[in-house]
Amino acid sequence: MADPTHHFQARPSALRRSESAIFWLFRGATYLVLLCGAVVFLNIFIKGLSTVFQTKAPFVNTTFLTEAPESLYVFEWQGKKMEMGDKEFRVFKERNPAAANVKSESYVYCAGGIFPCIVGTVLLVIGSMTIALTLGVCAAVYLNEYARDGTFIRFVRLAILNLAGVPSIVFGLFGYGMFVIFFGWNTSLLAGWFTLAFMVLPVVITASEESLKAVPKGFREGSLALGATKWQTIRKNVLPYALPGILTSSILGIARVAGETAPIMFTAASVLRTQLPWQGLTRWTDFFFQGVMALPYHIYVVSAKIPQNEYTERVQYGTAFVFLFIVALTAAASIVLRTRLRNRYKW
Amino acid sequence: MESTAPAPAITLRPLSAPAAIPAAPGSAVAPAGETLIDIDHVDFFYGAVQALHDISLHIEHKKVTAFIGPSGCGKSTLLRCFNRMNDLIDGTRVASGTIKIRGIDIHRPDVDVIELRKRVGMVFQKSNPFPKSIYENITYGLKLQGVNNAARLDEVVEKSLRGAALWNEVKDRLHTSGLGLSGGQQQRLCIARAIAVEPEIILMDEPCSALDPVATAKVEELIQSLRERYTIVIVTHNMQQAARCSDSTAFFYMGKLIEYAPTRDIFMNPASPQTEAYVSGRFG
Repeated sequence: MADPTHHFQARPSALRRSESAIFWLFRGATYLVLLCGAVVFLNIFIKGLSTVFQTKAPFVNTTFLTEAPESLYVFEWQGKKMEMGDKEFRVFKERNPAAANVKSESYVYCAGGIFPCIVGTVLLVIGSMTIALTLGVCAAVYLNEYARDGTFIRFVRLAILNLAGVPSIVFGLFGYGMFVIFFGWNTSLLAGWFTLAFMVLPVVITASEESLKAVPKGFREGSLALGATKWQTIRKNVLPYALPGILTSSILGIARVAGETAPIMFTAASVLRTQLPWQGLTRWTDFFFQGVMALPYHIYVVSAKIPQNEYTERVQYGTAFVFLFIVALTAAASIVLRTRLRNRYKW
Repeated sequence: MESTAPAPAITLRPLSAPAAIPAAPGSAVAPAGETLIDIDHVDFFYGAVQALHDISLHIEHKKVTAFIGPSGCGKSTLLRCFNRMNDLIDGTRVASGTIKIRGIDIHRPDVDVIELRKRVGMVFQKSNPFPKSIYENITYGLKLQGVNNAARLDEVVEKSLRGAALWNEVKDRLHTSGLGLSGGQQQRLCIARAIAVEPEIILMDEPCSALDPVATAKVEELIQSLRERYTIVIVTHNMQQAARCSDSTAFFYMGKLIEYAPTRDIFMNPASPQTEAYVSGRFG
């Protein structure tokens, strides 16, 4: 500091000013993204919290998590404002005959819970991911291990990439035309499975191919040089190492499958089902040919298909909360699985 | 290009290796012993690019044959023909000529590549132990053949690891990952894995190029002990290595076989001026 005019003396210049402006631009953009995310999550979290949790023991609103949706009745009784679900209200009227003709307002789907939606979403995810992973891994193995690069394979890759860009509503229409109408499956679990599976297939194939590519060539050569067939090599010395990566990709797939409304709107989702999917089946095959309730579709129904009021908001945010929780849970489970597998096969 | 510094040869020569230049006993002018691999006028192409031009040579039974030459001279390509590893690369073909092992043309349509590769083992330039335990690495080839008897597998693991001079170093951690070994140990593990399936021929594609001098010395020592039971073909950049380990040496340049002779002659008395220039370090 003794000599203020040394060679490296900092001087204010346009370059230095723009440097700090650009730094703040990038930093600001990052913070803005963070803020948006935080607002969305906190909003759902805070509003959903009051639906899913309660102050009395057992602190979790078990009705909301284990019952089917029903109508909410709001009425005045002996000077107090009462809120009751359909079933509860009927019992109440039997006990209090004077209440039989009480004037009540009813709000559909605003009482009870969302258990059938949780079940439906879980079933849709399991089925469609099974189909998508089976088909997708097979296709990826073929493209990466067997197929010789040529015009046809390049065309297939291009088609897969394009498929990833198709809007989900188009998949919904495709599923409706193909599975619901043409195959005559009606609005069913099966139709929903295939529609959702086709939707995530490009993600699964692309990511599986990436993980197969990440397996060093030396493992394949080493195995083949020991007299392994191609399939033995793939099964014992390529696929096990690619599996963690494939599972990572399926995490993304699960989130998409669970979250999309459009593809199941015409193919699998029912507005209301009074019975759970395994109840009241005459034949076991009926299981696959029934519509199910699903979380995203339920959010859509309670947000757009019924008159809005203070009671619907509770269901909307409660459902969204449970929905996000389930997706986070599946993602966490897949990450744990992936870490375990990765620790087993490290190179 | 490759370094050809001759100095380390003296300091690194392993104790059990034969003296570099006087070469192995019994190797007269090649081909003299029993021919195991018979390469006859082979032309080889990568797509439209010819990588090997009219190669003919005989590789003798239970001898160590070294292929030397500058990068891109075709020595690895030829080596990978012997177990048809080149089949894995699209667009490769042996356009003319034959490669016979024990008199059988290995490119005949009725040849089972799987069977061929069991008989002709390979050790790669970059050591490639599988990300499995040492034990599973060794038993990999046998399990492919349906050997599941635990006692038999144990026996083969010990025999192969002893054969690869690795047993004493790893016997207490057979069930830990093969990737936890040092570079030289990994390469010896790969050799053990190759001999576990009892091949007749072992192909080594620059097995020491990624190893330090001490690990290299150990692998070379191992090659000396393996020569009694196996026919070994080794591709190397390191001419001292060829001089130390091999009985016969073939010098390749630009896809052509320039000279093939007992190692002693190649290094002491090369017939071709190109060989002389290469082994004396004037090019390459």
